[in-house]
Amino acid sequence: MRFQLTVEQRALRDTVRAAVGRRAPAGSSGLVAPTRRSRTCHSPAPLSGMQVAGDSQLRLDRGMWRALGELGFFSLRLPEADGGAGLGLPEAVLAFEEAGRALVPGPLVATHLAAGVVPGADTGEVVVAAADGRLVEWMDEADVVLPGAEGAVAMRSVDPLTPLHRVPAPAPTDSVAVLLTAAEQLGTATRACELAVQHARTREQFGQPIGAFQAVKHLCAQLLVRVEPARAAVYAAAVTEDPADIAAARLLADEAAVRGARDCLQVHGGMGFTWESEVHLLLKRAWVRAQRGGGRTESEELLAAELTV
Amino acid sequence: MDLSYTAEEEQFRAELRRWLATVLPTLPTKPSPDDWPGRRAYDLGWQRRLYDAGYADVHWDASPTLRLIFLEETEKAGAPYVGAGFVGLLHAGPTIAAEGTDEQRARWLPPILRGDEVWCQGFSEPEAGSDLAALRTRAWRDGDDYVVSGSKIWTSHAEVADWCELLVRTDPAAPKHRGISWLAMPMDAPGITVRPLRTLAGSAEFAEVFLDEVRVPVGNRVGAENDGWRVTMVTLSFERGTAFVGEVVACRRVLRELAVEARKNGRWDDPALRRRLGALNAEFRALWRLTQWNVSEAEARGGVPGVGASVFKLRYSQVRQDLYDAAAEVLGEGALDLRAPWVVDRLSSLSYTIAAGTSQIQQNIVAERILGLPKGR
Repeated sequence: MRFQLTVEQRALRDTVRAAVGRRAPAGSSGLVAPTRRSRTCHSPAPLSGMQVAGDSQLRLDRGMWRALGELGFFSLRLPEADGGAGLGLPEAVLAFEEAGRALVPGPLVATHLAAGVVPGADTGEVVVAAADGRLVEWMDEADVVLPGAEGAVAMRSVDPLTPLHRVPAPAPTDSVAVLLTAAEQLGTATRACELAVQHARTREQFGQPIGAFQAVKHLCAQLLVRVEPARAAVYAAAVTEDPADIAAARLLADEAAVRGARDCLQVHGGMGFTWESEVHLLLKRAWVRAQRGGGRTESEELLAAELTV
Repeated sequence: MDLSYTAEEEQFRAELRRWLATVLPTLPTKPSPDDWPGRRAYDLGWQRRLYDAGYADVHWDASPTLRLIFLEETEKAGAPYVGAGFVGLLHAGPTIAAEGTDEQRARWLPPILRGDEVWCQGFSEPEAGSDLAALRTRAWRDGDDYVVSGSKIWTSHAEVADWCELLVRTDPAAPKHRGISWLAMPMDAPGITVRPLRTLAGSAEFAEVFLDEVRVPVGNRVGAENDGWRVTMVTLSFERGTAFVGEVVACRRVLRELAVEARKNGRWDDPALRRRLGALNAEFRALWRLTQWNVSEAEARGGVPGVGASVFKLRYSQVRQDLYDAAAEVLGEGALDLRAPWVVDRLSSLSYTIAAGTSQIQQNIVAERILGLPKGR
């Protein structure tokens, strides 16, 4: 049993990490606070140009999307004969984890799943959105919406980087989409842990770093205690592709991301409650992703049913 | 990333399964929890069978993956747990193997493997629990002996142990982590009094041990004088590394039994309870995957368990308690009857966030040693 990343998998992860982090200003944590007003959304720098969703339409940065396409982000699992990299779910999971860590905006899962089905999706020329559960993300910016979005109504999205539409009938759940979402949540959870620890090490109160206080220390420890089992569950599900493993991975990863972002916000204190801090973006994106694939209920019911077979 | 096993590993598993299927039906009935001589005989008898079949040293010599397979298969088959052999096999034994002299290894290791001798752990004291290095039990040199006085607590198997791995203070002037030595103390030495302690689960699971000028030969010291803390830390990581593998397998079995019971008594129709069991299924699946991750990481690093053990222990100890709380919900008012299944286990599970380092101490370890946060005052 060699349940560790191979040399090639580490290299792939590092490549994606470098690529999705490239646009960040040197020395920043990878994401920057939204200060300038512009309407294009790319990542991580897109945040610098972001404005409150609902004020006007948020635009997806097509340049970034094509760059992801060139990187092979969407075509990763396509056979080499079809222009893909011929890789598997474990590699896709590592790539999506990095995207989640950098909070890359856009319908990443839908476009990845459309590669090889919708022409141009694999290269990032075409943006594909999909109805997942009762929601469609990035519908107005997409060239194609699968399987269609009749009766979709625009929402004023809680996540300033994810425009949302609500559809009347829930779309069926795709287990690969659930797994890739879990991988994104894992990345975001990891980011929340890193940010919390970084802040706890440097922010001083009462004459010492707040990370020296047990109350803060224990919040940080619990962030990691949620991330590590989630990581093992997500990676294992990518290897086995077992529906119960995937459901377990999503439950653990959702919790790690949502509660992790909340605890990260708490560690940041008043700063965490500001728009300038990136922490709220982690939490809001985690909330959006937690609604995909039927939410908790569907996964918990699947895992309950599995107990009696 | 690969979750498959090698042909050799699969062969080991297949042979172990075959052997378990033949030997388990021949085992005597399990003794009651309060019957310590009975428990000693039962646990040592099992170790002897493992020895005869060639599995006795699986915790010492086998690769981490083989150890994982061994623990997984024995638990699945319902084989006896390591029981009274715990300290000898998983703690004192590895310590002596790593730090002892050839003579010490020859004296103490074979009886542990053959199931001839039981060890207990003399670490904790009334004033030194989580703060283990605050221990006060004194040992001073008198010719070829140490003379030991003090008291130990939470000592499992003390009533039937042959040996005690004892931490004593040999230099009271030294800083508290120094000045400690590791001794093998014969439990039949004059001056030792064992007083069983009754746990909240109703049984006498451990004991207090009072030491009144007990003489221990200097030759029984493992490692250098005043170096006992380092000697101890060498093996504590092994204890935390794989100690819970079998238990995770057991918890997954309990969870399935709970689902069966809930379907039988109608509680399954409650969606909240059903979903709670589903969520626990996710937890134990994840813990099993984390175990596999940690084991293969240890394998990649030459068998040494990593720091991930504290993360595992924090999550596992909490989820185990959640499991038995869910069991209580399945049982309804039956959860108040000590004869009902899972009720005593529910009580026992309360110790998991305390024993082997409380969750609060473990969180400090994770925060300081893994995440690099500053030490508090």
